[in-house]
Amino acid sequence: MAREIEFRDALREAMTEEMHRDERVFLMGEEVAQYNGAYKVSRGMLEEFGAERIIDTPISETGFSGLGIGAAMMGLRPIIEFMSWSFSLVSADQVLNNAPKMLYMSGGQFGVPIVFRGNDGAGGQLGSTHSWCVESMFANVPGLKMIIPAFPDDAKGLLKSAIRDDDPVFCLESERLLSLKGEVPEEEYLTPIGEARVRRTGNDCTIVAFGRPVHFALEAATELAKSGIECDVIDGRSIRPLDMDTIATSVRKTNACVVVDQSWPFASIASEISAQVQECCFDDLDNHVHRVNNDDVPAPYATNLEQAMLPHAGKVIEAVRSATYNL
Amino acid sequence: MRPPVTKAPVKQTNHKKVAASKNDAAKGKVKSSNDAKTLKHWLREMLLIREFEVRTMQAYQNRLVGGFCHIYSGQEAVAVGTIAALQDDDPIITAYRCHGHALARGMDPYYCMAELFGRFDGCAKGKGGSMHMFDREKHLYGGHAIVGAQTPLATGLAFATKYEQEVIKTSDHTRVTVCYLGDGALNQGGFHEAMNLAGVLDLPVIFVIENNGYAMGTSVARGTTLADALYRKAESYGMTGHLIEEGMDVVTVHDQFKKVVDETRKTSKPDLVEIRTYRFKGHSMSDPRKYRTHEEEEKWNKQDPIDHLSHDLIKAGELTQDEFKKMTTEIRGEIRDVVKRASEAEPPPLDELYVDVHTGNWGPFKGTTLPNMLRGDNEKTTDQNQESH
Repeated sequence: MAREIEFRDALREAMTEEMHRDERVFLMGEEVAQYNGAYKVSRGMLEEFGAERIIDTPISETGFSGLGIGAAMMGLRPIIEFMSWSFSLVSADQVLNNAPKMLYMSGGQFGVPIVFRGNDGAGGQLGSTHSWCVESMFANVPGLKMIIPAFPDDAKGLLKSAIRDDDPVFCLESERLLSLKGEVPEEEYLTPIGEARVRRTGNDCTIVAFGRPVHFALEAATELAKSGIECDVIDGRSIRPLDMDTIATSVRKTNACVVVDQSWPFASIASEISAQVQECCFDDLDNHVHRVNNDDVPAPYATNLEQAMLPHAGKVIEAVRSATYNL
Repeated sequence: MRPPVTKAPVKQTNHKKVAASKNDAAKGKVKSSNDAKTLKHWLREMLLIREFEVRTMQAYQNRLVGGFCHIYSGQEAVAVGTIAALQDDDPIITAYRCHGHALARGMDPYYCMAELFGRFDGCAKGKGGSMHMFDREKHLYGGHAIVGAQTPLATGLAFATKYEQEVIKTSDHTRVTVCYLGDGALNQGGFHEAMNLAGVLDLPVIFVIENNGYAMGTSVARGTTLADALYRKAESYGMTGHLIEEGMDVVTVHDQFKKVVDETRKTSKPDLVEIRTYRFKGHSMSDPRKYRTHEEEEKWNKQDPIDHLSHDLIKAGELTQDEFKKMTTEIRGEIRDVVKRASEAEPPPLDELYVDVHTGNWGPFKGTTLPNMLRGDNEKTTDQNQESH
């Protein structure tokens, strides 16, 4: 049986179920306990689990992300919430050196089974420092896994898998999706990390997207269908591991590919997928892979400029039309 | 939060008058009180570290060791004295000058040297190098190369021991985490965040500043405030600061540190300890030491922790010159043998490049395996993860 719940409730269900299942799991971050979460994701968890397992921290990203990594080295399974992934830059050394590389540099002695999670991407007029999409920069680092759910059911299933994973997992959520409602099964399930999901099928063009841009891709596909262009829309769900099999299978069918990525274009997720698609589908492509990214500028404050900078359905439609001009 | 408490600096006391702690025999894990046998054991450990480092420098010059290499000579009394004050399962974590801590914690010098030589038998299978000594069985959580990076990790180790004891009750005793850092790490933001978190969350962790006077080439006074009383930084975080001035004397270090450890184990609250010491060599192998004077080096060389203890023991009639000579010769032979074995050991197989990136297999990644150091003899030739390859 499924019921409709919000994205934030799906995230909370994932955490509470896993905390009931495994007492080594705890949640730590700024305002997660008494305040009920800056975005109400952890609402009610303090009452349910107590202050020993739902732990408020000072504003101290380096400190508490490092604390989580140390605790994970000893076998606990921390969930560390960043109010925003933008703030994780303060703790980049812990997040990018210590979490993903500890297993390797200790010669297999100390793994780091930790989940870092929080809002990624533009909120609404938050300006340059608070609108980070860390995926392109952070996904460059070997040793971590990265998930980026676009719908409540995947948010729950992927986060549960992440908490059980023995590797560090970065869970990228979107503030703009937290109130999105969607069907989520009542019975327990896990969504495997590293498997994309085809959200819509069509033979004319493959659109690959991650996180919030999946919604722009679906909106674009609906619009394009009206003029007879049918798209495969692939919700990547995981960035590391990347499900290239699903992407390549689709591109071999459609012979056209558009990647929608909310990070900057230079050395981005879209760049990576473009490179991989041309490596494995070179002879299948009728056109170069098209990329829809944020514009290559810092995030502006003014509404019109911010909208102009971000990916949206209009930009996706334009890219698909260009990629399929020969149809 | 507790009100800040400042403790007056612990003054040097005659170590022979310091009574052994009552808890020494508890659990059978703590080394015995300072009888002659114990003192000789510490002397041996310090000699072992010194000889290991002498041979490491030679090997570095012969290009058997690469990368950055930081020599512990001169600071032996700190690692040996403090670790002797701990239980075997108290977690320790340190910075990049970590050979001494690994050896004092009981890592077989062969695995340590093999790591320096980049061999598969190294403690990290040749993937870590000089700055990354790890030993899970000995509760050594590294070897961390970014200055200060280990300090937040230490709060996590302490958090986990407390969580195991109080929340999930998988541990029945308090474990004290010891986090070593240099005076240079004091000025990294992460250290202050770690101190604050330890204070706010009441974590059983002791931060030990090994004050050797220099952050690379920058003297303490040029780099930090309260340069003559670093331990007082504890006040800002509501914890007790302690000074061990005689950091070149292993007995003083042990006895004074033991009191702090006992207190932390009892209260489960953090402490900061400054230990004054000196590195006899440069910051790393490439350091000509032009920032300090010959006179200063001479002054500290006269306080050599090994000479200090051996003279005391000989004077007290507990050790003869011949015994000392024999001990030195034995250790030289042992380390010579370690160097020989390490130089003959195999480098990691190329397959190992993709092992230990992730715990499982996906794409080119081939899961993880433990180093030979942690495998039983009969396991060493077989790959534990073979079936999943």
